[in-house]
Amino acid sequence: MKPYLSIENLTQRFPDGKGGELTVFENATFGVEKGEFVVILGHSGCGKSTIMNILAGLAEPTSGAVVMDGQEVKGPSLDRGVVFQNYSLLPWLSTLKNVTFGVAARHPEWTKAEVIAHSTKYLAMVGLEGDVIHRKPSQLSGGMRQRVSIARAFANHPKLLLLDEPFGALDALTRGTIQDELLKIWGGTEQTVFMITHDIDEAILLADRILLMTNGPFARVAESVEITIPRPRSRTEIIEHPNYYAIRNHLVQFLGKRSKELSGQPMDSGATNRPAPIRIDKTEPTPDPEDLRPGLRAVVNS
Amino acid sequence: MTGLSLNKRAAILSFILLIAGLLIWEAAIPAQKAVGELTEYEILTGAGVPKAGVPPPSEVLVKAWEQLSNPFYDAGPNDKGIGIQIGYSIYRVLTGYALAAFVAIPLGFLIGMSPVAYKALNPFIQVLRPISPLAWMPLALFIIQDSEASAIFVIFICSIWPMLINTAFGVAGVRADWVNVARTHELNPLKTAFTVILPAAAPTIVTGMRISIGIAWLVIVAAEMLVGGTGIGYYVWNEWNNLDLTSVIFSILMIGVVGMLLDALFGLLQRRVAYVE
Repeated sequence: MKPYLSIENLTQRFPDGKGGELTVFENATFGVEKGEFVVILGHSGCGKSTIMNILAGLAEPTSGAVVMDGQEVKGPSLDRGVVFQNYSLLPWLSTLKNVTFGVAARHPEWTKAEVIAHSTKYLAMVGLEGDVIHRKPSQLSGGMRQRVSIARAFANHPKLLLLDEPFGALDALTRGTIQDELLKIWGGTEQTVFMITHDIDEAILLADRILLMTNGPFARVAESVEITIPRPRSRTEIIEHPNYYAIRNHLVQFLGKRSKELSGQPMDSGATNRPAPIRIDKTEPTPDPEDLRPGLRAVVNS
Repeated sequence: MTGLSLNKRAAILSFILLIAGLLIWEAAIPAQKAVGELTEYEILTGAGVPKAGVPPPSEVLVKAWEQLSNPFYDAGPNDKGIGIQIGYSIYRVLTGYALAAFVAIPLGFLIGMSPVAYKALNPFIQVLRPISPLAWMPLALFIIQDSEASAIFVIFICSIWPMLINTAFGVAGVRADWVNVARTHELNPLKTAFTVILPAAAPTIVTGMRISIGIAWLVIVAAEMLVGGTGIGYYVWNEWNNLDLTSVIFSILMIGVVGMLLDALFGLLQRRVAYVE
């Protein structure tokens, strides 16, 4: 049984400018289930954004395939909504028109009133109501702009929502508020989300599963870490959860140390590069609750 | 003075400068001697006939009042009101200009969207662009065989380049993110062109259109001096031949005013399509 979104042997090589080739990643293979919120974490240059662009259909992989809901991804589509880091709102349109632009493209058969009603509803869901929605993006703060972008993406009910470091350009406080809003709006839907971030805490707060990438070149999606913290989550409560620091420490260790150690190794030709599933759960009785690392290794090796 | 707004202070200063300029001009014109003060010898040698000279502003104002109070009279080929003459010029400018926009904007889109078209057409544009539009005149007159159409052609050829280059530049510079937004919303190429690329490039395109209308208005005066018959350029030249400097100065002022209005029109359009990123 294939997962809802299946990334199969994805390889991306670029010419390195000296007549040779630079392999960004090779034979990356992983899946995302329907309704799942998956976050990919890794250092700059490991090819996260390239994977994102391939999933969006904005870029072509050197080889390999992306299959969603039984169909191969070829080119961009309304089924895959994208929230870009720089918001990508059209600056000559008002906030409302930026959303109706997307909704009208999704539902060409709707009347103008239906499109406006639907768009207004989604803008209200991210806290934008009243006069604000008639302002131009340049008159909004960065956080508000990203809210508009999120509303535009959610309003279209894409089969897959791609978030490319959506909070990267925001200050920490604004980021927190919008993360909460994203959780709220996501909680009410069965939306499948694939998101890129640099922020470990953000990843733990939002994700069902975190994919960890090693550094490039020859980057790999090395691990798939399940976030064993029940939902609904809030940023103040999850840090009290016994699994929080265990997971966090694991992620920090990976990004700080092992992402380097594992990098730069070409694979055997044809070998499929699948992430190792990791499950850290301190609430389950473990044979040796005093020491996490041995228990962790046992899971990795299994 | 500090109680007045910046605009009011500027307006007062403008007015003072105008009055001062007019007074200096008025005072600088030597008065003509009345006939009675001349010696008999001077009268015999023709000094009594009024000499042509630069007229004082008072005369120009009188002329302006006279012309503007009846701008559309038509008393034969060499005596038409200033309104009719300017009307002809504007008609020629707008016709040539509209034709140029009709060609330049779609072509500019093509060049901006396609790097191949850009590279292929660039050498032609670079050679044709610096040619003075009046240099085309003999060729246009020979091929088109009609002075009216030739004047329009000259306007066409001079206003096409800024519009073409600015459209291509604006279209090529549309941010990839916005094009990606169009792509992820599955807009077809035509819809992408009209809903994303055109508004994104509009400020640059309109800037090109504004430059073009300015050049077209500069060129029409020269073109009409050559082709003759009607138009503000012909009017200036005709009054020069009549040695009527008052009318010459008056029409120079009118050329300036109309040019300013045309530019202001595009300034308005420019403000409408402007956006802040």
